[in-house]
Amino acid sequence: MGRQSEIGHLRLFDFRNYELLDLSFQKRFVVFAGPNGAGKTNLLEALSLLSPGRGLRRAPYGEMARQGTQSGFSVKASVRIASEETTVVTSVRLDGEGPNSRLVRIDETQAKSAEELLDIARIVWLTPAMDGLFTGPAGDRRRFLDRMVLSIDPTHGRRASDFERAMRSRNKLLSDNRIDDRWLAGIEMQMAELGVAMAVARNELVANLTNAIALADPDLPFPKAGLVLSPGFEEGGLDGPAVQVEDRYRERLARDRYRDAGAGRTLEGPHRADLEVTHLAKHMPAGLSSTGEQKALLVGLIIAHARLTSVLSGMAPILLLDEIAAHLDARRRASLFDLVGDLGGQTFMTGTDESLFEALGDRAQIITIADGAVREPREE
Amino acid sequence: MAKSIAGPEIERLIQLLAKLPGLGPRSARRAALHLVKKREPILRPLTAAMADALEKVGECSVCGNIDTSDPCTICRDPARDQSVVVVVEDVSDLWALERAKALNAAYHVLGGVLSPLEGIGPEDLTIRQLVERVSKGEVKELVIAVNATVEGQTTAHYLMDQLEGLDVRATRLAHGVPVGGELDYLDEGTLSAAMRSRTAL
Ligand SMILES: Nc1ncnc2c1ncn2[C@@H]1O[C@H](COP(=O)(O)OP(=O)(O)OP(=O)(O)O)[C@@H](O)[C@H]1O
Ligand SMILES: [Mg+2]
Ligand SMILES: [Zn+2]
Repeated sequence: MGRQSEIGHLRLFDFRNYELLDLSFQKRFVVFAGPNGAGKTNLLEALSLLSPGRGLRRAPYGEMARQGTQSGFSVKASVRIASEETTVVTSVRLDGEGPNSRLVRIDETQAKSAEELLDIARIVWLTPAMDGLFTGPAGDRRRFLDRMVLSIDPTHGRRASDFERAMRSRNKLLSDNRIDDRWLAGIEMQMAELGVAMAVARNELVANLTNAIALADPDLPFPKAGLVLSPGFEEGGLDGPAVQVEDRYRERLARDRYRDAGAGRTLEGPHRADLEVTHLAKHMPAGLSSTGEQKALLVGLIIAHARLTSVLSGMAPILLLDEIAAHLDARRRASLFDLVGDLGGQTFMTGTDESLFEALGDRAQIITIADGAVREPREE
Repeated sequence: MAKSIAGPEIERLIQLLAKLPGLGPRSARRAALHLVKKREPILRPLTAAMADALEKVGECSVCGNIDTSDPCTICRDPARDQSVVVVVEDVSDLWALERAKALNAAYHVLGGVLSPLEGIGPEDLTIRQLVERVSKGEVKELVIAVNATVEGQTTAHYLMDQLEGLDVRATRLAHGVPVGGELDYLDEGTLSAAMRSRTAL
């Protein structure tokens, strides 16, 4: 299947608890093992910077720079795509010399936007921070959904941030009590175009994902998830051709200016969407499932999405699975390793105990970490 | 803050240089040091050139371009089609289009885009001047070449609304300009293509 990207080398400079670190990866499964606080998640975070956004912790860049450094940090990775080597460097300067965000260079050329990273690799992650996804705020599920869309449709990120900007502009005019009809109409037109495009893309992802889940082997130890998207639009929702949905939304935005001014925010739009997940076999909302069931549902969802990404984008995604083995019993662990192996992409995992990865045998490269340093990969 | 290591004159120079786009405090320090070291070959001619610019360079009262004459060279150029006016956000966009030799037309510099978040309203831009210019009847076609950002698009929409009822054909610079792409950074080939394929609204 299509192109496959594999990270061959990683170099960190003043990133989190690493002053300088060089790692080479030889296998499709890489395990970072080591005690609490060793710096395992930090490594996954560094790898997650190979995708647009602020990485898997969504932390401010200032926090990623090693404490005590004044200049900033950099993360350099060599990625092999169909035997061709590409170098990606992300750097952040904190001394006021650079831009206020990260600078991405791909083969020595400054990327015009972070979206260019999606030509290099598609990165998908699962972290313990996502454990409360089904019970937590809708905003977390929207972000989860949008990242899933983004790894298939690279234009989605720009669309979402442009929508957000247009909406904030409208909110500002309304809260300033500046009801300039022409100006607001110009903004609301953007909101309608961008917002409906966002909703359509999300809808399409949910439909595709639902199909992918339906096709999955029913005997897997990861329960199937039912997905229902409520798109955030009132009267008529997403029914009808996109232009009509846009017109309806635009008209309602114009109508509801005073209501929204009173509320202090825009009450309708894709920013109010939610993704409802159910445990299909049990007909239970995912939020009411047991802790272990929720984790297994989430794993199933991530795997289905990874498979979908690889079918639709032609690139098998690189998976970052933080503490994945901890909540799964031996049978589920072995099954997970096989499923992930079948995807064909590279997978990075972490764990405090090497023995959790025994089922991988010599498929895995185990890298032992202690306190911001690495013990050379074991000789087999 | 680092303790000052040079006299106040140098510190002032560094502080001013640091206000230039693309220069942070560290590179401003480097530039200042370079200037005072290269006193005769650089500092003196630069000082003269800056005094000259301060004295002679100003904004064109017709289009907003920066030039030594008012109206500017472009506005006075009889070889240009003065009935076609390209509306740009900034003088840097005008210069980018000129470098690309994309169109033999006149310009109108808006001086920015509408941005509630940055507190820029219609009164801060030269929209009124543009409407007046068009009302005089000599302008037959407007090419709206604002950047494809949220603010750019909103401004274009606002402009179109203002121009309604006036006898002018308005087109948008559309193809080949990536969303969020800034005109100033486009390579010149892309720009010429974009200009040729501008679409009527
Ligand atoms: N900017 C920073 N500078 C220096 N150290 C940092 C910075 N940010 C985080 N750390 C430290 O990095 C260490 C490792 O964090 P990390 O989350 O990677 O650990 P871990 O190996 O995943 O541990 P666990 O098994 O508990 O999840 C922490 O002890 C933290 O204090
Ligand atoms: Mg961790
Ligand atoms: Zn002029």
